[in-house]
Amino acid sequence: MNAVAVPATLPLWTVAELTYRCPLHCAFCSNPVDFAKIQSELSTQEWCRVLAEARSLGAVQLGLTGGEPLSRPDLEEIVAEAHRLGFYTNLITSGVGLNETRMRALKEAGLDHVQLSFQDSTRELNDFLSSTRTFELKRRVATLIKAHGFPMVMNCVIHRLNIDHVDKIIDLALEIGAEYLELANTQFYGWADLNRSQLLPTREQLAHSEAVVAGYRQRIGNRLRILHVISDLYETRPKRCMNGWGTTFMVIAPDGLVMPCHAARMLPGIKLPSVREASLRDIWLDSAAFNRFRGDQWMPEPCRSCPEKLKDLGGCRCQAFLLTGDVAATDPVCDKSPLHGRVLEIVNAPRPLRAVVERPLMFRTPENSQQLIAEAAQP
Amino acid sequence: MDNPTPLSRSAYPRVAPLYRFQWEAAQNAYVLLFPEGMVQLNVAAGEILRRCDGKRTAHEIIADLRQAFQSDAIDADVEDFLRSATHDGWVEWRDTVTP
Repeated sequence: MNAVAVPATLPLWTVAELTYRCPLHCAFCSNPVDFAKIQSELSTQEWCRVLAEARSLGAVQLGLTGGEPLSRPDLEEIVAEAHRLGFYTNLITSGVGLNETRMRALKEAGLDHVQLSFQDSTRELNDFLSSTRTFELKRRVATLIKAHGFPMVMNCVIHRLNIDHVDKIIDLALEIGAEYLELANTQFYGWADLNRSQLLPTREQLAHSEAVVAGYRQRIGNRLRILHVISDLYETRPKRCMNGWGTTFMVIAPDGLVMPCHAARMLPGIKLPSVREASLRDIWLDSAAFNRFRGDQWMPEPCRSCPEKLKDLGGCRCQAFLLTGDVAATDPVCDKSPLHGRVLEIVNAPRPLRAVVERPLMFRTPENSQQLIAEAAQP
Repeated sequence: MDNPTPLSRSAYPRVAPLYRFQWEAAQNAYVLLFPEGMVQLNVAAGEILRRCDGKRTAHEIIADLRQAFQSDAIDADVEDFLRSATHDGWVEWRDTVTP
């Protein structure tokens, strides 16, 4: 057991990654690149137990995601149990598999909200980025979601190849009647990190998209609320990691590992606890993994003596690891970091669009995952 | 008319269907839940929204709150809150009782 120096807060936001199976192959997926070796999904009964444990810890928002959560035939059963426990249930889906029958069953089970992803406002780019033909299907699913009276969030991951269509993406959200639009600029972990040189927008593209969003906000008011999530690579101060490591958020992976963020599985030296070996209460309060970066005792310089340390809490651990090799380093997005130059090198590298197009994207497929696992195993 | 002028004392305010209002023992507070978000309400806001069930007029709600808070000087505060809650989309108004 680890002594907790920092009073633990509640895991208000709990995400259940029900499966890594997914009909889409998006090149910016946040799932681990070695998902193909992760087997042995939690059973219905195990999920029901875990949800009850999370609820008794104070969790109230539940994100049901994956992979594609509709790949689980017991999704309706899991939603019903979550609803019975008092969760606000969010289904985060590509829409593939969401037909009239399942939609009605989910409504009856007490589902509160559906977040539907699009990859772009055009069929061509949507289908290219997800490596599927799903654009028309998504539009039909949007109609179905509204017909059943659900609030709908449309989500679109934004990057170099679609950032210039932000106006059209907002138009699409208005057209399908979404209440919220999440324009989530790609965060560079997992598959997105493999494809970073193709997906990172230029500084000019980012500034232009921000101006477009501001213009729409002024014009459309509350009709559609736009959440614009910006990657912080172009900033000089990092963002908080999940509102603070182990403060608000936990992700339960398909095989039962519990993570402080979606990407934590790749962090070296951190043994992630499993719901198959411990209770969620012990995991949240006492596990070494969840206590590792709580508070400020772990911080190196320049964070330790920084007056802003409680504002950003040293930034993102996954970004620090990917860019410096040290999971406990100051997030190099911070211009006080001695390694900030690595970020500048990335964002200032000349990246003509031609080169972006010519280097093929690494799509999230089981085959590519197997290949990456094999490469990682090479001495 | 489906959307009467907000803050008419004879209209029936209710928590909008896109929101869920519930007591959270772990937070010792009422909360308002919506897609991927939550607002923790203070005691006054919780007590007001608890009464916005579509079955009482604003007039009845204010009278009830005067009793609950043992004060006749709360009208302006309640109306201010209902105005901003309406603006934020948390509360909507009906001319008749919600069945």
